[in-house]
Amino acid sequence: MREWQEIHWILLLVLGWIGLGVTGLFAARWFTFVTRVLFPLGAANGLLLALLALTGMMTGPQEAILPFGLPDLPFHVRLDALSAFFLLILGAATAGVSIYASGYFRREQGASPGLHCLLYHVFLAGMAFVMLANDAYAFMVAWETMALASYFLVISEHRHAEIRRAGYLFLLIAHVGSVGILLSFGVMAGSTGDYTFDAMRAFDGGTFWATAAFLLALFGFGAKAGLLPLHAGLPGADVAAPSPVAALMSGVMVKTAIYGTLRISFDLLGTRLWWWGVLVIALGLITALFGVIFAAVQSDMKRLLAYSSIENIGLIYAGIGLTLVFHAFAMSNFAALALTATLYHCINHAFFKTLLFLCTGSVLHATGERNLGKLGGLIRHMPWVSWLALIGILGAAGLPPLNGFVSEWLLLQGFLFTPGLPHGYLNMLLPIAAATIALTAALAGYTMVKFFGVTFLGQPREERLSQARDVSRLKRIGLLWLASGCVLLGLLPNIVISLLEPVTSLLVSQGRQLNAGMENWWLLAPISEDRASYSPAIFFGGILLLIGAAYLCIKHAFPAATTRGPAWDCGFPMQDGRMQDTAEGFSQPIRRIFSPFFRRTCELPSPFDRQPHYRNIVEDPFWYWLYLPIARLVDLVSRFVAFLQHGRIAVYLMYSFITLLTLLVLTR
Amino acid sequence: MNLHALFAQLLELLLALLLAPVLVGWINQCRAWLQNRSAPPLLQPWYTLNKLFRKEVRLADNASSLFRAAPYIVFSCMALAAAVVPTLSTELIFSPAADAIALVGLFSLARVFIALAGMDVGTAFGTMGSRREMLIGFLAEPALLMVFFTASLISRSTSLATIVQTLAHSEFVIYPSLAFAGIAFVMVLLAENARVPVDNPSTHLELTMIHEAMILEYSGRHLALFEWASSLKLFAYSCLGIALFFPFGIPESSGFLALFTAGGTMLLKLIGGGFGLALIETLSAKMRVFRAPEYLGTAFLFAVLAMLVHLLLETGA
Amino acid sequence: MTETAILPIPLSGQLINLCAALMLLLGFAMLAQRRILTLINLFMLQGGALFASTVIAAHSTGQHHLYWSAAITLLLKVIGLPWILHRLIRRLSVKWDVETLLNIPTTMLIGIVLVVISFNVAQPISQLSGTIMRATIGIALACTLLSFLMMITRSKAVPQVIAFLAMENSLFFAATSATYGMPMVVELGIALDVLVGMVILGVFFFQIREQFDSLDIRQMEKIKEE
Repeated sequence: MREWQEIHWILLLVLGWIGLGVTGLFAARWFTFVTRVLFPLGAANGLLLALLALTGMMTGPQEAILPFGLPDLPFHVRLDALSAFFLLILGAATAGVSIYASGYFRREQGASPGLHCLLYHVFLAGMAFVMLANDAYAFMVAWETMALASYFLVISEHRHAEIRRAGYLFLLIAHVGSVGILLSFGVMAGSTGDYTFDAMRAFDGGTFWATAAFLLALFGFGAKAGLLPLHAGLPGADVAAPSPVAALMSGVMVKTAIYGTLRISFDLLGTRLWWWGVLVIALGLITALFGVIFAAVQSDMKRLLAYSSIENIGLIYAGIGLTLVFHAFAMSNFAALALTATLYHCINHAFFKTLLFLCTGSVLHATGERNLGKLGGLIRHMPWVSWLALIGILGAAGLPPLNGFVSEWLLLQGFLFTPGLPHGYLNMLLPIAAATIALTAALAGYTMVKFFGVTFLGQPREERLSQARDVSRLKRIGLLWLASGCVLLGLLPNIVISLLEPVTSLLVSQGRQLNAGMENWWLLAPISEDRASYSPAIFFGGILLLIGAAYLCIKHAFPAATTRGPAWDCGFPMQDGRMQDTAEGFSQPIRRIFSPFFRRTCELPSPFDRQPHYRNIVEDPFWYWLYLPIARLVDLVSRFVAFLQHGRIAVYLMYSFITLLTLLVLTR
Repeated sequence: MNLHALFAQLLELLLALLLAPVLVGWINQCRAWLQNRSAPPLLQPWYTLNKLFRKEVRLADNASSLFRAAPYIVFSCMALAAAVVPTLSTELIFSPAADAIALVGLFSLARVFIALAGMDVGTAFGTMGSRREMLIGFLAEPALLMVFFTASLISRSTSLATIVQTLAHSEFVIYPSLAFAGIAFVMVLLAENARVPVDNPSTHLELTMIHEAMILEYSGRHLALFEWASSLKLFAYSCLGIALFFPFGIPESSGFLALFTAGGTMLLKLIGGGFGLALIETLSAKMRVFRAPEYLGTAFLFAVLAMLVHLLLETGA
Repeated sequence: MTETAILPIPLSGQLINLCAALMLLLGFAMLAQRRILTLINLFMLQGGALFASTVIAAHSTGQHHLYWSAAITLLLKVIGLPWILHRLIRRLSVKWDVETLLNIPTTMLIGIVLVVISFNVAQPISQLSGTIMRATIGIALACTLLSFLMMITRSKAVPQVIAFLAMENSLFFAATSATYGMPMVVELGIALDVLVGMVILGVFFFQIREQFDSLDIRQMEKIKEE
């Protein structure tokens, strides 16, 4: 009939994942087979998916109709540059995570590995299918599959009440969000009742309905991504989930929400208003700032990283908002710049956040400790994890020459063009908003120094930390893959940007492109070289050269001896590891400066207390301002509904009877 | 890539490496005079460096390889920063490699490494210093970036070379915004280089120090590298201030004569700037650490005002 | 060659812009200042900037009555009022730090928002006005609002009066920049008003202190009908 295109191969790979999962379920007893064969196969599958997606980005849109689904409602799938890009993120990150996961799961822990294998691969397939779906029905099915699979993965250690509670909250918020998405699709489908995306692209319901659809979508996807104030589900879920799953959820799953937002706002909706962009920028920046401040005060490794994900999502949304603003004012070149920054940050975050989550997983396995207050000094026992985590934190802190810096640089360049906007207030407020990005980036640096310093540096705070062992070879491969991704994404920005070009020209710029080609791969100058330029290769080379020169010169000119001795104790000889700054101590300035952001309870011991006890709890104020009132309201309403409940069958039958009667009378 | 640019670049790097400790010596001398003390010799920092390089390195028992690598990393970051800022010529090899934003990134890279090194041995002072350094850092970075934003809005470029060219070689115009930006920049400079209102470079009183607390565990050549790096940082910041606010005399070409005159003017400006810094430090008192957010918040505010004033007065909307 | 972002405005215009920027800077400095003595000095400097800008405007436009306004500014705001204020605080012995009702960073942030608003509000006005100082109307408006904010956020009487005087400064500046100043009679009248107001307020201070042993205006909240 027709030759096989990328989309068919990709569908085959997605089926392959499901197949792996089902095999895992049947071979549940056979532990070694599941972990040593199935998970690496899944990783290879992911790598293939990434390669196919890469070629798919270059070719035009490809469509297909799947033979299954409801009668008369077959699944439509489509592969264009946008979905291919997000599939690339999924595949590339999964390749690392799956390899790592094959060394992660252990015998007598939590649910059986077979079940894990099934859920894990269904989760992956669900995410891939979300990005492929070309009608609302297929999209929602995939979306729910993904949500449920991730829920079951989160509660895989369901014996702890805390984990069950976290999973419940996560599921609840995700579902409230999917109602929003569903309604948004409903608005866009209009009265035609045709739920394919092609029909929605043709829909033109005026500004009001477009705005309604956009806001509903923003709400729905924001709930998945953790946009303020819908962020409450994510940190708990990331803490509860096993580390590879948390890595996937934080690094990749939230990107499906970004994908959805981009898909709806730039592809499906025909009109875009400038104030949508302003709203999204404001929400994004507040989320970023809130996320990073909360990340800075956490003392649980995984929770810290989860809040840091919220921060990154905020930055990504700020980029989307900037793109919307530029696009609405028909400045398509700058819109392309902002969108490039956004997409670049998506892929960067996928790499460094999965890397960091996997590093915490390794620490957790080696020590059994998640609390930063009981870790320390691990660089001496786990050098691999530590040095790879160092790459991760440099990426996450947005430092040159690694990847996080490139996208922040691009985003700031985008904001530098906002004074040219033809609107009175925007051209003054948006440049100031850029300062929030700078503050967020600098605070991210603070957070990451805290994370790395308290976990890996210093003296061990507990005796048993000296028994910690470095990671096994399989895990090492996974971590290395992700870390090299971070480095390459940082050093070769021009190649990445020219790869992103199909996506930006599809969504915003229609053919006009940024000044980024293969020929001068070493110099990033998106607008012109006079305007701004950054060359990570020279930058990195310069630093390496200077380090080498300094080292050699000093070695030859001043060959003084190196001896070891105890650290200087400042005249107080009874110091031990417990007297170092704890995670709480390190974040004390943040608690003090940003105190209006927190709801804080603090117990200080009296100086005469023989058994002093210090307690300091920092909580999310949104929980008290927003979530609890809503919960109470729901409680109240449901009590009214409960009034209808009597427990007698006759009464229920009567309800049905009355309903039937009313309907008959009304319809006539 | 032409040879002139390469030569100018090497010359600038060499000059920075040589002059940075001298600048610190000059500031110390001025401070001593202003405070009615007898001054140490101008080359005192060089004598100290020489002494430190010859001493043996005493490492703490549990110091990791990160601890030993950090001095080299920090030193080369600062040397690169000093090489990137256009002082002798705007035609440099490194100038397309890092623009103003990347320069901010470079400074924070060095800051992260020095903070991590401070935490490595696990003494209470080291960690405290790291924490405070990061505190100052995250407050100063947005202010510095806003200063750069103002300069780049004026010259429509974030590339330092282009900024200097626009400011120095087009028709003379008064930019009120640069006055604001200049104040903000000086405030950031003082905070970032551990100078008086925020930190005191000449004290080892544990409870008040920031920079010295982090490098308390270092000795010998490692300590020398850190001292050299911090003088390079001050040098880079001073050159940056000169490039942004007094760029007159930085040539566009890199002929020998141009380089020579540029070197002369740069020296004069550095002498003046160093005296100014010493004057500020003498006139102000060190603040409590928790006044630092307010201080740097004010710096940030001035930088934002600079941008607003630029948008109102200078774009001619 | 990169294009410069600036329109070719004459040097005098640039100098006036610089003075305007300085006034704004001093306005913010006053907003951030805790100590009364420094506050008075800042006020004096602001008067100086106003004087300078008026003289430059007078010189460049050849409007002679502006020289007179400048002279009044110099006499009254740079020499007279600061002297009175200095005497006043010496007599009242109130050199203490001023408490603010809002903490200073928050106040400054609100100040920034005010600046953005007033710049945008002033843009259409300045396009109507044809003077060489038209770009500064936004700054003048911003200074007025900042002084107003300072009056709101201070809890002591003396800083409030200084804020009031600063507001008068910026109104004067707005008048100069929009229309090259008001008629001479009006200006003289205002100058006299300010002086008289100052004297009356000085008397008030003594009365307030007699009454409440403090200059904290929060004490005045007690004087109301029960």
